Amino acid sequence: MNLFGFFSRSQSAPAARERLQVLLAHERASAGDSDLVTKLRDEILKAISKHMQIDDEKVKVTMERGAQVSTLAVDIEIPFDAKKAA
Amino acid sequence: MGKVVVVTSGKGGVGKTTSSAALGAALAQNGDKVVVVDFDVGLRNLDLVMGAERRVVYDLVNVIQGEAKLSQALIRDKRVETLYLLPASQTRDKDNLTPEGVEKVIAALQNAFDWVICDSPAGIERGATLAMRHADIAIVVTNPEVSSVRDSDRIIGLLDSKTLKAENGERMEKHLLLTRYDPLRAERGDMLKVDDVLEILSIPLMGIIPESADVLRASNVGSPVTLADNRSAPALAYFDAARRLKGETLPITIPGEKRSFLGKIFGRKAA
Ligand SMILES: Nc1ncnc2c1ncn2[C@@H]1O[C@H](COP(=O)(O)OP(=O)(O)OP(=O)(O)O)[C@@H](O)[C@H]1O
Ligand SMILES: [Mg+2]
Repeated sequence: MNLFGFFSRSQSAPAARERLQVLLAHERASAGDSDLVTKLRDEILKAISKHMQIDDEKVKVTMERGAQVSTLAVDIEIPFDAKKAA
Repeated sequence: MGKVVVVTSGKGGVGKTTSSAALGAALAQNGDKVVVVDFDVGLRNLDLVMGAERRVVYDLVNVIQGEAKLSQALIRDKRVETLYLLPASQTRDKDNLTPEGVEKVIAALQNAFDWVICDSPAGIERGATLAMRHADIAIVVTNPEVSSVRDSDRIIGLLDSKTLKAENGERMEKHLLLTRYDPLRAERGDMLKVDDVLEILSIPLMGIIPESADVLRASNVGSPVTLADNRSAPALAYFDAARRLKGETLPITIPGEKRSFLGKIFGRKAA
């Protein structure tokens, strides 16, 4: 074994620690409301369809959990000829 | 009244059965009257680890269903006379465990033993929740590895909400047992540090069991490691953990390090 490589290789335990801390902070806070994103997606869809026709499949709601803040990303594809809902 | 202890983890294969047998034997070797109860219905293994597999006639499910008396199902250890085993059923599944049945069996055992040690199955379903239901004390078995720590966190949440103690507004006494600790990997920085796991889970440490071939050898011959080789590193770690379970304060040494620390008490950050 290359001793130099052995010592210079970066350690993976600190990464494990960071990832766990962020994940568990969220899991503890949201115990019981794990489908928040699903609920948000449904309501966003409802709000938009009041104004235009859109494809259900073309609405993406994602959540990126960070240490301090989380970001909620809503990605909606609106076709050119989206008809106005009545 | 004996103390009811659940040995639990969420994640499978982390060392619950090994620890139940070793701690149960360690307590009994010191003269306490101990029964180790296998809750892993359908996948029993405690009988094998304790070397009693050929002596099982009746099991926990038989007792719950009224097909056998508790005294008929209990198996007395051949080496330590105050150590008993209540095996799980191998042929039936966890649906045969009823809350009322489990309650009756635990109450009867508590009257006859100093310690009732419940070896929980993995997971967070019926078997695991029934195993923890009546506990006075919980031992959370964790490996220094991300998925095990995450599952332990989940189990701690259940211990604080789904147990009788929690429902009565009492605090569940919880202890962390870090198992399969590998000093070499720790030194290389590729295993979560003891302090990291403690900080994340915030429950007091009751012992660190090193990864060791002695554990495998003990299970091969059907003997708790504290009986198979009572001078081996894992046996010594289990003996100390058993003393801490009884309330003694002993310094904990981290395998492979000179540093030791005295069982710090962490208050779990309010959920
Ligand atoms: N300290 C240790 N050193 C080496 N091997 C160990 C150690 N502790 C446990 N093992 C091994 O790990 C395996 C799983 O252990 P064990 O059956 O006790 O885990 P478990 O948590 O009860 O598993 P399950 O969730 O399936 O019930 C076994 O092969 C056991 O011998
Ligand atoms: Mg097991």
